[in-house]
Amino acid sequence: MKLSVILWGIPQAMRAASKFYPEYATRLKEKNLVAQFKVRDNSIGRWIKLEDGKISTGSGIHQNPDITIDFKSKAIAESFLTPPINLLERIDAAKNYKVVLEGPDDLAVWFMRVTSQLLTIHWKFGTDMGNGVTRYTSGTNGGPIFVYVKDGKILRTSPMDFDENDAESWSITARGQTFKPRRRATVAAHAMCQKSMVYSKGRILYPMKRLDFDPNGERNQQNRGKSEFERISWDEALEIVANEIKRAKAVGPGAIAVDHGSHHQWGNLGHYLSAFNRFWNLIGVTKLMHSPDSWEGWFWGAMHHWGNSLRLGCPEFYGTVEDCLKEAEMIVFWSSDPDTTYGYEGAQRREWAKQLGIKMVHIDPFLNHTAAHVGGKWISPRPGTDPALAQAICYIWITEGLYDKKFVEERTNGFDEWKAYILGESDGVPKTPEWQENETGVPARDVRALAREWGMKKTYLGAGSWGCGVGGAGRGPTGMQWARMMTILAAMQGWGRPGVNFGNLQFGSPLDFNFYFPGYGEGSISGDLAFSANSANNYQRMPHIVTMSTVRQSIPRIWFPEAITEGKASGYITDVSSVQGQFFPFFYPSPGHARVEMLYKYGSQLLGTMVAGNRWTKAYQHESLKFIVNQSVWHEGETPFADIILPACTVFEKWDIGEWYNVGAGYVHHMYSMNNHRVISLQHKCIEPLGESKSDYEIFLAICEKLNLGAVYSEGGTTELEWCKRVFDSSDLSKYISWRQFLKKGYYVVPADPEAARATVANRWYYEGRKKDTPEPYPLPSDYVGSYLDGLQTTSGKFEFIAETLKKIDDPDRPPLNKYMPTYEKPETHPELAEFPLKLQTAHTRYAYHVMGDAEGSTLSDIREHRILKDGRYYFVARMNKQDAEARGIKDGDLIRLWNNRASVVCAAQITERLRPGVVSAYSGSARYKPTGKIGESTDLGGCVNMLNPKESITKKGHGIKPNAVLIQVEKWTGTDNWKPKEAK
Amino acid sequence: MAKKWNMIVDVEKCDNCRLCFLAVKDEYTGNDFAGYSAAQPSLGHSWLDIKRKERGTYPIVRANFLPVMCNHCDNPPCLQNAKNGAIKKREDGIVLIDPEKSKGQKQLVDSCPYGAISWNEEKEIPQAWTFDAHLLDEGWKKTRAEQACPMDVFRTIKVDDKEMQQIQAREGLEVLEPQLGTKPRIYYKNLHLITKCFVGGTITQNLGSVEECASQVDVILEKEGQTVGKTKTDIFGEFVFDGLEPNSGIYHLRAKSTSWQLTTEFNLGEESKYLGVLELQTK
Repeated sequence: MKLSVILWGIPQAMRAASKFYPEYATRLKEKNLVAQFKVRDNSIGRWIKLEDGKISTGSGIHQNPDITIDFKSKAIAESFLTPPINLLERIDAAKNYKVVLEGPDDLAVWFMRVTSQLLTIHWKFGTDMGNGVTRYTSGTNGGPIFVYVKDGKILRTSPMDFDENDAESWSITARGQTFKPRRRATVAAHAMCQKSMVYSKGRILYPMKRLDFDPNGERNQQNRGKSEFERISWDEALEIVANEIKRAKAVGPGAIAVDHGSHHQWGNLGHYLSAFNRFWNLIGVTKLMHSPDSWEGWFWGAMHHWGNSLRLGCPEFYGTVEDCLKEAEMIVFWSSDPDTTYGYEGAQRREWAKQLGIKMVHIDPFLNHTAAHVGGKWISPRPGTDPALAQAICYIWITEGLYDKKFVEERTNGFDEWKAYILGESDGVPKTPEWQENETGVPARDVRALAREWGMKKTYLGAGSWGCGVGGAGRGPTGMQWARMMTILAAMQGWGRPGVNFGNLQFGSPLDFNFYFPGYGEGSISGDLAFSANSANNYQRMPHIVTMSTVRQSIPRIWFPEAITEGKASGYITDVSSVQGQFFPFFYPSPGHARVEMLYKYGSQLLGTMVAGNRWTKAYQHESLKFIVNQSVWHEGETPFADIILPACTVFEKWDIGEWYNVGAGYVHHMYSMNNHRVISLQHKCIEPLGESKSDYEIFLAICEKLNLGAVYSEGGTTELEWCKRVFDSSDLSKYISWRQFLKKGYYVVPADPEAARATVANRWYYEGRKKDTPEPYPLPSDYVGSYLDGLQTTSGKFEFIAETLKKIDDPDRPPLNKYMPTYEKPETHPELAEFPLKLQTAHTRYAYHVMGDAEGSTLSDIREHRILKDGRYYFVARMNKQDAEARGIKDGDLIRLWNNRASVVCAAQITERLRPGVVSAYSGSARYKPTGKIGESTDLGGCVNMLNPKESITKKGHGIKPNAVLIQVEKWTGTDNWKPKEAK
Repeated sequence: MAKKWNMIVDVEKCDNCRLCFLAVKDEYTGNDFAGYSAAQPSLGHSWLDIKRKERGTYPIVRANFLPVMCNHCDNPPCLQNAKNGAIKKREDGIVLIDPEKSKGQKQLVDSCPYGAISWNEEKEIPQAWTFDAHLLDEGWKKTRAEQACPMDVFRTIKVDDKEMQQIQAREGLEVLEPQLGTKPRIYYKNLHLITKCFVGGTITQNLGSVEECASQVDVILEKEGQTVGKTKTDIFGEFVFDGLEPNSGIYHLRAKSTSWQLTTEFNLGEESKYLGVLELQTK
């Protein structure tokens, strides 16, 4: 179309829209301005004047426009402005200055938005349910849900039931029975408390400033966490934050640090890897380097035996649901509680296994929820001693010839040395069942019985919470030894043989793994090619402007407090592209960089989630941290440790889009294989933001506008809804459902692959000596030692009983031969800890998602296995064995104090036989922090049990946490707090 | 015969995931349903509660859960205690507490033998789960609890009383505290996991001074000379007899294989029992 006609059409369309859509007419009244469209040589132009909502326009060049949209040529302008928009050309024009926006950033962004709104204003969304109720869809960390809205308020939320138009479900026929999953998306508890979280009294609804914080005077950093806050306007808040960013940037590169939790609300756009990465890359910041939290033993340990670095040391899982149901005779759940940590999609498959008579064994100090539900033998080792049990299993297999000799011979290296160790030939200690009994407390006879059954029957090893890795006993002081043992057990049984693999039926559903929809790990709108998996697919498929921080400074997150209070810290880079990527140390401060003096916090409650969390209070109150802004949805324990608080809204109050459990390439490729169906949901903006809260994206945009970065950040004012459309267009979704239908219905179920096209079984290719044929792009081509797709990602290309890569770093915590080294903090060997006779386990929470869902006002509070109401306060629950409780005069529901030298925390007791005596279990996910006295040096009533865990690393040449086996003491809480921290020896 | 609402709860399938509990809270907090219920307080009420029951001792432990809610009794004690017509029994079996007429009637909370009525301090009214009557009347086929449950614990069914009796007999369903004569409309499957006891043990044998689990050993449980149950030990030498009456007294237990045997006796009290490690002796 001719440019002059297009330009003439814009004000005409605006007039028409304001006539038909009152909300558009209102929108136009927000600002008065003159906008000029023109070609750079002024040959063609049109101005549009908006005054109190009235539109006037003229062809040619205005004398005094407020903003100008300047195109290099007529052709570029025509392409840029003619729908359907070619985004690749548009992005090219923007980033190469073929189109330039002049004028105040906020006006320019606003005008671009009202212009592009002309293309979206007629969009309709949601399903009319009658009686004024509209059903929308959303996504949560616990699964996708329907959201029923009436009169602008959420009436109810529910799991999704699929209808007859949704894709058919897969089926598996095993041993004469055919199994088909339920036609629904089941969710976890934290998905079902969302309405209470939206309307929770813990919501932050207005920008706030700490009363004794004066950006131009006394900042009173020492009062963070203590002082009250006052409500301020958005203008004032944004002005302070933007000025502080400028002030800190003038100090030097890296003076601003950013901090976020490990997770975020669901949705590709609003995720920290998307909207926040884009923001900080434009600002330039010091990153808090997360270690692979939850993968500890797998990442630092298991990886060295078999590679799998791009899965952080965990194995692939394709086809294992079908293989397990068809072939396996036993499943050993080792430190594996998928019902608790990953919702209930897998629960139905485990019911099928039970129907088929597949035996179940559960190894866990706690009779966990999956174990209690599916039943089977419970083996309860002392916390942190599991590797000894595993070695005794090897002993039986070797002495009784119950291992896969062909596989060991042909596909592995180093077995002779391993065998000599197990038999005690190299160190004089045969690793017999009796030897392990002293360590683990597990009767030798049980180990013999288990080892023989395992060695003779086809067995799936469900190791860690996924069954194919992550978490479990890997998150403890002996976590590397344990995860390494899991690889060794699998190798000895012929990993990949029919019926012999990793899994507990949680991962590995027969879905379509080639239908492209981006996972959140792919960075969505971030443009971040360095710190997200954007470059794998997203960057090509969804044209957007690349962003990159120029600051080369990081702080290891677990030692952030030391970095602030001592001014230095060092850690190891989380580079997962290769096995040796984890060997690179980094140091804070970086050469030529400034010390951090401003912290931009994006939610999170590290006091509850990080080990030895009391340390954080010291950092937050440290005078070197001159400014802390916290952008958060809820008031959580550490929210008041800030100077300015910015109110973010929930996912229900903004647009987003995402696929259930789709992390994307990056660290858990094809994670959605946990689900019975792939469900992609548009996350409708169901209600208006509460109070003055805004979406994270809009907050970042508002700050960027103050720095003249608004148009760059938003790519010319792109709204979240428009971004959703761009994500939709970039994915395979657009080939199967129209945008109009998707907007209305809100979700799409991806059809499963036909049976003949299903992914092959994990590691079967390696077992059979074929080229790799599972649908994952790992390892990277240069990491094959032989020919491409041939062998494992190890030095030898084979499974290594003796890890070659570990020979190169000389780490006393990780000898190449995975010898048994007892856990630290043993009462027998540490007399100074004699006053602390109980072992504490701090697993991931069952009902909340880390801390999400635990904020005050959440309905999870009323779950008596989560919190218990006593004297007006909801206390976190800690479980203890009846014997231990009786010895201390503790009854069910009593308030108890858990303490050691690091911290003291009050919980409510749940007395149980589900724990072996001597072990206390409490989840590491308290959103609350309520010190009885001095902050960081008194007893916490909020339930931050992670404060009891040590700050030291799981390994000397790495940085990872080692909770789950610390010593504590427990007593009935008297209400009087005499506890003081002591330096651990 | 009129069709009436009933719900069947399978105790064996419940693992305390709490989705039903949360779905009920989601439905009733912040929402008044005129003619049915006033909004539930945002915290503190459990109209559908889940009780925890652990049986046994380490290492043989069973954990089961019992969803408990208004039973919509056909002979509801609350109705007898209500003044001012505050409680009505509908034709379809559902019992509703009128949020206006019941104001101030705190006595109704204690009238329910199942503890299913909560007191709303702010509104001064007794409240209970309405069977989601407002949704069923709109055409919903399932209660919120059933819709949310990932384990298929609940079945919401509308049948006449005769058919319900047949289902009850066919599936061996029980109600809570039948002796009270309240005639609940909530039926339970596998209720023995809550109300009955089990006895379990570990059988071992010494083979050349090595202690081994004795698998595939016949175990016979007898009471007063009658065989109560027979089973075999598993690969870990473990056995369990479930469904025993609490406080049922002295039992005899015999175990035998080709050339080994053992006998023991025990007194079953209030709680389930783990008999410990029992060593087989040569015959």
